[in-house]
Amino acid sequence: MQTVLSIAADAVAYGMVLFVISIGLSVTMGLMKVVNLAHGAFAMMGGYIAAFATHQLGVPFGVAIVAAVAGTVLAAIPVERVLYRPIYGAPELTQVLMTIGITFVIIGIANYAMGPSMKTIPLPTILEGPVDIGFRSIAAHKLFAVATGLVVAAAAWLVIERTAFGVKLRASVDNATMAAALGVRTKVVYAVSFAAAVGLAALGGVVGAQLLPIEPYYALRYMVTFLVVVSVGGAGSIPGALLACLLLGAVETTGRYLMPEFGEFFFYLAVIAIVCVFPHGLLGRRG
Amino acid sequence: MTTDATVKARNAASLGRVRRSAAVDATAVVIILAAAALLYVLFPGSLALFTRMVAIMMLALSLDLVTGFAGIATLGHAALFGAGAYAAGILASKFGFTDPFAMLGVGAVAGALAGIVSSVVILRGRGLGQLVLSIAIVQLAHEAANKLSAWTGGSDGLSGIAPAPIFGLYRFDLWGRTAFILAVALLVVVFVLLRVIIRSPFGMLCRGIKQDPVRVRAMGAPVYGTLVKLYAIAGAVAGLGGALSAVATKVVGLDSLSFTLSAEALVMLVLGGVGKLFGALIGTFVFIWFEHLVAAINPFHWLTIVGVMLIVVVLFEPRGLTGAAEALWTRARGGRR
Repeated sequence: MQTVLSIAADAVAYGMVLFVISIGLSVTMGLMKVVNLAHGAFAMMGGYIAAFATHQLGVPFGVAIVAAVAGTVLAAIPVERVLYRPIYGAPELTQVLMTIGITFVIIGIANYAMGPSMKTIPLPTILEGPVDIGFRSIAAHKLFAVATGLVVAAAAWLVIERTAFGVKLRASVDNATMAAALGVRTKVVYAVSFAAAVGLAALGGVVGAQLLPIEPYYALRYMVTFLVVVSVGGAGSIPGALLACLLLGAVETTGRYLMPEFGEFFFYLAVIAIVCVFPHGLLGRRG
Repeated sequence: MTTDATVKARNAASLGRVRRSAAVDATAVVIILAAAALLYVLFPGSLALFTRMVAIMMLALSLDLVTGFAGIATLGHAALFGAGAYAAGILASKFGFTDPFAMLGVGAVAGALAGIVSSVVILRGRGLGQLVLSIAIVQLAHEAANKLSAWTGGSDGLSGIAPAPIFGLYRFDLWGRTAFILAVALLVVVFVLLRVIIRSPFGMLCRGIKQDPVRVRAMGAPVYGTLVKLYAIAGAVAGLGGALSAVATKVVGLDSLSFTLSAEALVMLVLGGVGKLFGALIGTFVFIWFEHLVAAINPFHWLTIVGVMLIVVVLFEPRGLTGAAEALWTRARGGRR
């Protein structure tokens, strides 16, 4: 029982970090139908900015998070303008190539600017120690990650279901041409949601830096994981992404605890099984 | 009404097309052989590198069949290459069958089987799902090979492969001359066979499926079965490439079964030009040559260059190097086709 609860606690923390990073990817993929392999690179960028801000500039953790999100969004806007616009509506292969290319360039730049070593983001004292949650003590930063995930999920749900922008967003996801014909400025919707997605990725990169350590190959190593989350959950579905993150987090964490010598074998086995049974994802549309 | 004359004219026209494409194939074979001879004479110390190039060219050719002719985007094609490499390696090191042609044959069969299995899985998905399934397959194979270290050597790689002399006469020498000649001979055979296959009615059907699968099905042609068959052929080619690399380098590493190799093969193919088979050869050659030069200095610079190259190709020359060369050629001849 003790083991089960321990695994569950870690799985939830890991799943929530995945969720914060990949929710933006899920929404933009559902919206713009772009297979974006560079999403992890933006999360990595956030992590690097936060590491730089805390180490070199000595700012507190909270400020570093804000700086990471703002900096990544600022850097992503010209990228969206110049490199993403031409591939909206292009064949998948083109999108894959372009976004892999962007990922490679960001990795190269990250290594050039920050060096190949792993970067840490020092936590504030309040998040450093362990916290007793009844059956075991858990690191405070994991609880923080879970809390962030819950806040992000709630905020995303509120924005999409309860605001005027959410209505336009959902309309564009369902049928972009029709929405445009009815006066929704889809280009603005695209740009805003792309910026929000990148910002969330950066936030996840910082909050999850203890679990997914920041180093130049981060973008490549976890690229697959984020894509998997989106395709398992179903592109464009927030509950789907949440479900997929918790499920895959559970599979991955259980595998690591009980059969570490198998590595990610069970993770990918689960992915194949789920996608074969649900080709559009667990809660995807057009299923 | 089809008169006798029009039938005759049509037959003559199709005969002309066959003759012309046969001429193109002959030219291509001559170019491949000339390039190989030139490399053999000019860079006798780098033959191992060129042999590796040929093995990867098989992977790129195989990927071109699937991606270029049937339109399936996959990031897991190295699974087929690795299957061939490990099958050939295990045959030689664990069972002691060291005849190079037996190793190549087993590699091709293993590749074809891996192709059939992965096509059954990959064809379940559409779009993003398809891409993720292809990645999951190569990662799964990678983890499995890592775990089964009794058979595969795990992360140390599979060693102890000692191929017997070809026909019992030509030993695999230290300089890799025999391996290089074997590789070029295989490449020519595979290339000509693939050219024939893509011109056959079967190849036309694959191209039709790429353009409009619904319509092909409506015409009464099998879509699923055709794609599985194509995957089997592609798997045999990739497996042959893997087996060739096992024969030539005498080791099989986990990297032959990696996501990285799959992605790199796609980059090479796109760099050269998708859907033309020539593109696979040229892209692989240019990519590995540059990698050899730049990666020796700094691997991260290499990554940046590949990234920039991809972006440039997508934005400015989606048809790749061969497409750019074709455009230049057309312009040089005064814009006529």
